[in-house]
Amino acid sequence: MRALVIDDSRAMRLILARIARQLGFDVVEAGNGQEALDRLEELDTVPELALIDWNMPVMNGLEFVSAVRRDTKYKAMTLMMVTTESEQSQIVRALAAGAHEYVIKPFTPDAIVEKLALLGLVKNGVQV
Amino acid sequence: MTLTAGEFAYISGLVRRDAAIVLEPGKEYLVEARLMPLARQTGAATVSEFVTRAQQRPEPDVHRRIVDALTTNETSFFRDGEPFTAMTGMVLPELLTSRSTTRHLRVWSAACSSGQEAYTLAMQLHDNLPHGWTYEILGTDISTEVLARAEAGRYSQLEVNRGLPAAALVKHFERVGSHWQVSPNLRKNVSFRRLNLAAALPALGQFDVIFLRNVLIYFDVATKRAVLERVGSLLKPDGWLFLGSAETTIGIDDRFDRVVTGRTSAYRLRPAGTRNGAATLGMAGKG
Repeated sequence: MRALVIDDSRAMRLILARIARQLGFDVVEAGNGQEALDRLEELDTVPELALIDWNMPVMNGLEFVSAVRRDTKYKAMTLMMVTTESEQSQIVRALAAGAHEYVIKPFTPDAIVEKLALLGLVKNGVQV
Repeated sequence: MTLTAGEFAYISGLVRRDAAIVLEPGKEYLVEARLMPLARQTGAATVSEFVTRAQQRPEPDVHRRIVDALTTNETSFFRDGEPFTAMTGMVLPELLTSRSTTRHLRVWSAACSSGQEAYTLAMQLHDNLPHGWTYEILGTDISTEVLARAEAGRYSQLEVNRGLPAAALVKHFERVGSHWQVSPNLRKNVSFRRLNLAAALPALGQFDVIFLRNVLIYFDVATKRAVLERVGSLLKPDGWLFLGSAETTIGIDDRFDRVVTGRTSAYRLRPAGTRNGAATLGMAGKG
């Protein structure tokens, strides 16, 4: 299984990529939403998971979620926001746009694993 | 006095190194809130002063306490999800039939710690009980400190990240400053009181469902047996008991039948006439 990690912070991409790899995912990284859409076009299969920051240059995470949700070929991709945006209204917006889950930064690696377990992508700390 | 950029960088570097937690700029308030009790304990007037001292005289014990203060999560919402799946998939459908006259459910979260289990059960009942049904949840713990937190129903962002579906967060919580508080709609059905499971229990009435998870593991067999006997006496004859995934009644108290459901087990009291001699002796010993 493959995970797309989208964050403009290289340090954060490294952290999320490490967690995803430990769970057994192959990782593809992108620095913003547009770059992520470009990566998706290049890939031969659709990643099962995308971990998405909100505030990024060029195309933000919410715009990426909306774009992906408009395209049926990505409907099997699970979308999880990982962001410092912590207002209730922002979470509601992201879920309404099509995000499946939402993790507020700062987070512990356990939080990512537990959310992926809720989504059925991880069981007992490893990929399903 | 707020943290300087250097002090914040020192703390965020420490928790990142020791706990793989990323604290980005903007989270100074979180560091301040979590470290304030520690600062006071060590006699520092401010968190800033405390951090400066920790920087100048790095001590492993102080570092550990800083990381603990910023990371400790004793429990989480929907912890070990399977029992909650069993609640909605098996237990509640049966109780909706068997309690259709009273249309009221009583649930006990024994050893509730800071309350996440009790509120998880409240969310489930709120979302699954038909109109006209009522419920009450009792959370108990031996620690008054965690009970105060449970009663407030206020959780940090780190805590609401743990196991709580985002849809449940926005439905059942309200943002209060840097924290999230369980909505009054749920809190009115949940009460907390101090209770020592290893001693005689007060009159609490009987419960339809009891969660007694990750408690028995800390006890020897004799105490496990005594705790199960006390707790079992507060379970309705057709009620349900959930233990932790590493716990069982088997070989300890054979008044219970194990019911396997999905990847978890629940326990139910056997009808009195079907219990064997040992269990009968156990009941008689209760006095």
